[in-house]
Amino acid sequence: MSAFTQLRLDGVSRRFGGQAALSELDLTIEAGEFIALLGPSGCGKSTALNCLAGLLPLTEGSIWQDERRIDTLPPERRGFGMVFQSYALFPHMTVRANIAFGLRMRRLPKEETRRRTAEAVRLVRLEDHVDKLPGQLSGGQQQRVAIARAVVFEPSLVLMDEPLSNLDAKLRLEMRTEIRRLHQSLGLTTVYVTHDQEEALSLADRLVVLREGRVQQIGSPRELHTRPANWHVADFMGYRNLWRGRVEQSEGARATVEASGLRLLGEVVGGLQTGADVMVAVRPEDIRVDGPGETRNAMSATVEVVEYQGRELAAEARTDTGLLLHLRTEQRIAPGDQVKLAVDPQRLLVYQADAQTQPKRLADAPGATR
Amino acid sequence: MSGAGPGRPLAHWQHRLAERGVDRQLWLLVPALVFVIALFLYPFFYGLTLSFQPTTGGPFSDYARFFSDSYERGTIWITLRIALPAALLNVLAAVPIAYRMRGRFRGKRLVTTLLVVPITLGTVLTAQGLLNFLGPTGWFNRILLASNLVDEPVRLTHNYWGVFFSLVITGFPFAFLLVLSYLSGIDPTLERAAATLGADWRRRFTRITLPLLMPGLATTFCLTFVLAFSVFPSAVLVGNPAGETRVISLAAYQAAYEQYDYPYASAIAMIMGFVELVIIAVVLAARSRFYTGSTGGKG
Amino acid sequence: MATTTQAPPARPPATSTDRRRRIAARPAAWIVWGVVIFFFLNLLGVVASVLVSSFGQRWFDTWLPDGYTTSWYARAWDEFALLSVIVVTLEVSVLVVGLSLLIGVPAAYALARRSFPGKRLIFLVFLLPILMPPITYGIPLATVLYKFGLAGHMSGVVLANLVPSVPFVILTMTPFIEQIDPRIESAARMCGAGLRTVFLRVLTPLLVPGILASAILVLVRTVGMFELTFLTAGPDSQTLVVALYYSMSASGIRAQQSVDAMAVIYTSMMLVLLVVALRYVNPTQLVARVKDEPEH
Repeated sequence: MSAFTQLRLDGVSRRFGGQAALSELDLTIEAGEFIALLGPSGCGKSTALNCLAGLLPLTEGSIWQDERRIDTLPPERRGFGMVFQSYALFPHMTVRANIAFGLRMRRLPKEETRRRTAEAVRLVRLEDHVDKLPGQLSGGQQQRVAIARAVVFEPSLVLMDEPLSNLDAKLRLEMRTEIRRLHQSLGLTTVYVTHDQEEALSLADRLVVLREGRVQQIGSPRELHTRPANWHVADFMGYRNLWRGRVEQSEGARATVEASGLRLLGEVVGGLQTGADVMVAVRPEDIRVDGPGETRNAMSATVEVVEYQGRELAAEARTDTGLLLHLRTEQRIAPGDQVKLAVDPQRLLVYQADAQTQPKRLADAPGATR
Repeated sequence: MSGAGPGRPLAHWQHRLAERGVDRQLWLLVPALVFVIALFLYPFFYGLTLSFQPTTGGPFSDYARFFSDSYERGTIWITLRIALPAALLNVLAAVPIAYRMRGRFRGKRLVTTLLVVPITLGTVLTAQGLLNFLGPTGWFNRILLASNLVDEPVRLTHNYWGVFFSLVITGFPFAFLLVLSYLSGIDPTLERAAATLGADWRRRFTRITLPLLMPGLATTFCLTFVLAFSVFPSAVLVGNPAGETRVISLAAYQAAYEQYDYPYASAIAMIMGFVELVIIAVVLAARSRFYTGSTGGKG
Repeated sequence: MATTTQAPPARPPATSTDRRRRIAARPAAWIVWGVVIFFFLNLLGVVASVLVSSFGQRWFDTWLPDGYTTSWYARAWDEFALLSVIVVTLEVSVLVVGLSLLIGVPAAYALARRSFPGKRLIFLVFLLPILMPPITYGIPLATVLYKFGLAGHMSGVVLANLVPSVPFVILTMTPFIEQIDPRIESAARMCGAGLRTVFLRVLTPLLVPGILASAILVLVRTVGMFELTFLTAGPDSQTLVVALYYSMSASGIRAQQSVDAMAVIYTSMMLVLLVVALRYVNPTQLVARVKDEPEH
């Protein structure tokens, strides 16, 4: 297949009846990369993938494979492989015929088709099931057929559209490792769409976070995890504590913020105007309980709800000033306990608030754990 | 951003058309469209214009001719007098029977299969059978005579009743199967929910099932009525085509194939279509007053 | 529910409400079953009187004919040239089925899968020939076909029968197409299959049940279609049902029994088709496009 060194999306936009599903996506994919498109449902990540696949026409922009423009090519002539969320296996063909389909379409010699199909079957460990129909397989097995079918013809790019979302939790973890293993051993270039930040962080070399059709941030898992570019990304990356506040003073990368009667010191991400409304973002696991002698960002609070989560407890506590906090701790605490809490200023991120938006996902919405 | 490609080109024109849903796949529609235009729309409008070009007189004279002649005009009334009661009876009789049979029971498939038989046989064969069966020496009259219910054979063929029975025999199974499938589309747990709230079967039926079924009944009535309205072979064969069952389709046929007056035949066909559409429009307007959304069942 | 399933060992006695409901349910059930049985008895009478008459030597004012013979069939076969009529019927039906599938299936695909400006209007136009009685559009259609010299022989009969058949195929196929996940087509294209290959290798095999169903439905309807064939057929292009009509309306010339024999031949042809049809479709689909619910 036509391998490339670089695939470039140039201002790719897609509107549905005037509604922008994807706006001006610029992205360069290097050969061998594993890229995750991440965002909540409706953020445009699947639209982006389908545009890349050729299953959806672009409204604006272009897609370049090295120096060749490919956005006008029909999907079958782009030479990409794709794994669908619903697997989309051909129900009337056996596992073997499903996997061999792509090779048949390329009119490879019979012998080679047979050899490469068998190889792919071995790769996804389905040797005992080759003559079954997809309907006779379990969800995980169907998923493996779908992956084998997409990689067997050595596509220059593999697209995966939430491939694990129909599997149960245990299988999901297994398949995650499997996908990463295939990516490395076959030297694939992969674009992977998911709404699960943990999945994206663990799989990808680079993440693209989308929100309302726009790119919010592109970066490595570590960058995304520690330094979300804005509070929306922070929200999505598991910063469950998002508080509104006002800047009291700022010097360099540090700022003191007043939020619900608390004075908090934190790291500014992305610049601020003085006196501006800000959003303060803290991960639950970055709130420490009973930090001895900790004076910076100290708060006292009453524990309200405790959930047992294995080694840790997830808890909600309310400060004396009325602010609701989400925290995770290994200490034994119980509802009604008075606790002293503290946050390391390096872990307390301060963002410019956008003028109109309130934090949409309410920090105290029950069951919003990710 | 590096590379030799142009900066921000507009999307390809194919993309822009495709975004509105117009692309190569729409060619698949073309044969069917050509077909429906050539063989349905064109003949229809041809007939419409033809009906305004009578062999003698002004553009409306064929219509005037139809309405001024009571023998011709009466065909509308004759047709309605046969079709409306037949359609109504078929639908109304189908409701309680389908209501009772909506569950699963042994032989359901057999019953529905048997019911398809008269539909597939069609009106011509039914007419032949009715002539034999309901005729003065047929089995039906023999049974009546033998059981002393009547003194002399009842006349049931070559009159209104022959046509009416033929419409019931073909129309009732049709209505029944439709009503049955509408009924099984209503989630049975709705009635169970009503029962837990204290409704007896009568109120469960009138308050829950019937309102949800009404749109389906209206549709069934329309389809049954269309079948009955175009009654033609049985009106000739088991009816009295010169008198009380001279239906409008027969008048149209005679104009076209006995008098070879195509403009007049077209005019009658147009009147026929118009009368039928008026009835259907009334029923559908009534239908729109009912809840027509999902009824919770499958499908 | 009057009949609740109970655990086998302990069978509690029926409560008073149970009993009352069962008694109350009885008369209604009896009436319903009575009506159904009465209907079927009459239906049986209608069919059987044709059948008995076709085998009867002489049947006049008695319960059953004096004697039995099969000679009416031979006479009907010769008198009405039934062989050629049956051949014409089959030719017309096969042509109508084939053409309506060729025209209808692609259109059904486009209508089921795509949304585009004017789709609702196009759908309505396809629906009209089914909603209108055949006589209403049949007369103008026959007039046009005669004008172009197409009526009076087989091509006119085929064309006229296509008018309700193509929309029927479209309506029957649409749910079959809708239930195929469009992702399967996308998957095939991502594997390198072009549009043609997607249709031939992926969609067609998956649509075989739907195609069979609509083919058989169109076949049954075409063989039984009286009005359109009647209006467009010439002497050499009558189908069985039209020939039957002519022989009936001209009865008196021919013996009643040979008309009955012809009717039986027609009936058995329809019944064979029906038996075949019911292997692929359920009874409700034969009358209208309402999806029969899968049994709970």
